[in-house]
Amino acid sequence: MILGIDTSVGTAVAVVEADGVVLAEASSANPLGHAEVIGELLQTVLGTARADAPLGHAGAGTPGERLEITAVAAGMGPGPFTGLRVGIAAARTFALGRGIPVVPVVSHDAAALGILLDQALAGETDAERFAIVTDARRRELAYTVYDGMDDDGLPVRVTEPALTPRDEIDTVLAGLGAERRDTTAVSAAMVALVAARSLAAGREVGPRDALYLRSPDVTISAGPKKVGV
Amino acid sequence: MSAAEPLVLGIETSCDETGIGIVRGRTLLSNTIASSMDEHARYGGVVPEVAARAHLEALQPTIEAALAEAQVQLGDIDAVAVTSGPGLAGALMVGVGAAKALAVALDKPLYAVNHLVGHIAADLLDADAEPLEYPTIALLVSGGHTSLLLVRDLTSDVELLGETVDDAAGEAFDKIARILGLPYPGGPEIDRAAASGSDGNGGTRPGDPNAIRFPRGLSRASDLAEHRYDFSFSGLKTAVARWIEQQDAAGQPVSTADVAASFREAVVDVLVTKALAACADYGVPRLLLGGGVIANRRLREVALERAAAAGVTVRIPPLSLCTDNGAMIAALASELIMAGRAPSTMAFGADSTLPITDIQVAGEAG
Ligand SMILES: [Zn+2]
Repeated sequence: MILGIDTSVGTAVAVVEADGVVLAEASSANPLGHAEVIGELLQTVLGTARADAPLGHAGAGTPGERLEITAVAAGMGPGPFTGLRVGIAAARTFALGRGIPVVPVVSHDAAALGILLDQALAGETDAERFAIVTDARRRELAYTVYDGMDDDGLPVRVTEPALTPRDEIDTVLAGLGAERRDTTAVSAAMVALVAARSLAAGREVGPRDALYLRSPDVTISAGPKKVGV
Repeated sequence: MSAAEPLVLGIETSCDETGIGIVRGRTLLSNTIASSMDEHARYGGVVPEVAARAHLEALQPTIEAALAEAQVQLGDIDAVAVTSGPGLAGALMVGVGAAKALAVALDKPLYAVNHLVGHIAADLLDADAEPLEYPTIALLVSGGHTSLLLVRDLTSDVELLGETVDDAAGEAFDKIARILGLPYPGGPEIDRAAASGSDGNGGTRPGDPNAIRFPRGLSRASDLAEHRYDFSFSGLKTAVARWIEQQDAAGQPVSTADVAASFREAVVDVLVTKALAACADYGVPRLLLGGGVIANRRLREVALERAAAAGVTVRIPPLSLCTDNGAMIAALASELIMAGRAPSTMAFGADSTLPITDIQVAGEAG
């Protein structure tokens, strides 16, 4: 059973079975306030998942008993830094507390998988190449281009996550032949599913560190002014 | 949970130190700190985004190191404690998110506490000291804060008497160090500069603290009416810069040692004068010093000397517990638990301007 956490846009948490069945999901769309809501959302999904988990799972259906989470999937961005870090920090300490691994996931991969699964359900077999596009603040957008799913059921990245000025996105995507998919929510269930599929395939598909895509934005002083003796 | 001697893990990320502390009751088991200070050095001060990134990377290894040092397992922990504020919002949020998830994972209570009150709680961990007596005046001085407090009870009654209206004292040290061409952090550099002047004959002599009379902020009679216990250091920075300019313009040599010593004297003088004024006004013959700037030897010397003359007893926690750390956060939570307080509810966030009266955040009376 995998706990998914993503704070790259709003705050989203979910508990998903290894085969993709979603046991519990909770989220807040607020683009701020990640630190405020994350604790309650975690409590909610763990409580719901415990109540709804099929019998046979350790802790299932037994109030007071701990649900056996085997890994924590962490959405690593891209996304506004302050909120993004809350989810990654939470994923890491939850995993530490339970003695289980963290599986880092590119948040755009989760959004792409959602679109690809919808397309598959709708029977669209020759879908267009598309780009997940999210807000990156400072009049920039973050985008990643995808082209279908591979044999492990994971979205195929054509470009790695990158930033572009808002008014240049359409030109950039036209050059890459990708349809623009503006994304305003990342599903933690999809983050967990990407993790489940990468674990099943024995692959590491996410980055170890947060996807900031931007160095700490600071003005470096011109160096100390030397006076005196 | 053992309310008598709870085992508490504290997480502190309000500025540039990732602090993880583990205490059992009032016994310190580990005070582990990862500092991003070196990364800020080239900017001449703490850069919030740099600090927040460093916290995220340091958290897990620092928690693991603290557990190893304390020789406890996460499963043994009775409660998790975290700094909710005041501090840098983005930095605080890393700790808050981490603490909440850890508490949920372990299914343990969470205590969200006030960083400044934590500085006072650090004193409880001094195994060799007599118990803290109430009421006490507390002077907290660091790169992030300069606050004068009246502590009637650590867990229930702390009053803010005054604070800096502009720069923190530690920031003033950093800024003057820059003016003098000295590296960051400024405190130890100013000390070094003040100790090593030239006697003009190839030898050395310490800087003269009375060489230049720099202004004492908010100390004039007209200021004292409204700002009796408040501090201001930005005017001092301007005064030092202007003095050096005037000397340069007049072709006079500038003794870095004299400037450093005189500047430091002005800071120390106003800190100690106001703290002892509070002791006298409130009839409290006890003064507790805390915060990273207490590492400044001249500040401790002057405080001890003038407090003794005024009949005031001075307490200084071990210096390793004066800088920002997680042990003081764990110690404060431990004290709250022993006082029977209920845990914080989960809905709190990071509060960069958390008032001192909020000793515990989102807690209910137990
Ligand atoms: Zn502090």
